[in-house]
Amino acid sequence: MTSLSASQRLQAFANPARFMALSARFLAPLWVVSLGLLGTGLYFALFASPPDYQQGESVRIMYVHVPAAWLAMFGYSLMAAASAVALIFRHPLADLCARSAAPIGAAFTFLALVTGAFWGKPMWGAWWVWDARLTSVLILFFLYLGYMALWAAIEEPARAARAAAVLALVGAINVPIIRYSVVWWNTLHQPASVFRMDGPTVAPEMLLPLMLMALGFTLFFIVLVLVRMRAEILRHRVRTLRLAQAAARAEG
Amino acid sequence: MAAFFQMGGYAAYVWPVYALGLVVPLVLAVQSLADYRRQARLVEELEREAGGRVRSPARNPDTERDR
Repeated sequence: MTSLSASQRLQAFANPARFMALSARFLAPLWVVSLGLLGTGLYFALFASPPDYQQGESVRIMYVHVPAAWLAMFGYSLMAAASAVALIFRHPLADLCARSAAPIGAAFTFLALVTGAFWGKPMWGAWWVWDARLTSVLILFFLYLGYMALWAAIEEPARAARAAAVLALVGAINVPIIRYSVVWWNTLHQPASVFRMDGPTVAPEMLLPLMLMALGFTLFFIVLVLVRMRAEILRHRVRTLRLAQAAARAEG
Repeated sequence: MAAFFQMGGYAAYVWPVYALGLVVPLVLAVQSLADYRRQARLVEELEREAGGRVRSPARNPDTERDR
């Protein structure tokens, strides 16, 4: 094993059979840690954290909304990075990873948009405003949907993968636009208050439930990507077996 | 207890958010796991029918060059 070159080592990780064996070992502990974090986070979010001095109890919306919005961005970044790896290195699992992340990212983007509306109504007096942050996240949602539609529209998997990967990479320009939309444009949406150069400005007793929920949801996201990648590998195997079956029937 | 459910007057906004925060990931998890099980069952059926005539992906020379 020590004589393996770097590319050979990459090849070893690309082996779907090895991925199936490796991911199977990580799934159960990941589920446990993720659900444990979410349960603890939920307790702090609803019971063991104070109301905000300005927003009152409505601040508890943050513990769902902010992790969902982070994961909307995380999902797209993962999808774009995996698409780049798929296009450049032809890593056989990269396409599966990108494809698996898309519906999960889309669901969390949907969650971020809807929970944001439920926060906007009492705080801003409007369910929706066409400002830079909200609009760019809505575009993110449509990018996810477009990416999934492209996969569904092209019959041949290899061609679908390449077209979808290009779309994912072009759409990646939207990720920094979302991140800095609250800085570049005048917006109702508040600026970043956790990932700042000068450290978080959120009170520690609110930061704890926020981080627990964010970490729990992130692990949940990763578990689901793994589950969906495993399903994709099996789907590929089903296709191979059916083709072999059809060929055998044609011969016999 | 009643005060807790009233959420300081924001009940109509806080509780739908938590309901959605529960339902959306739950639907996602159920759908993903159901699809995995379905594919696993199909592979099992097809492999039984094939009776070992089809090589496993683990034997794929494209991905097994280092063996």
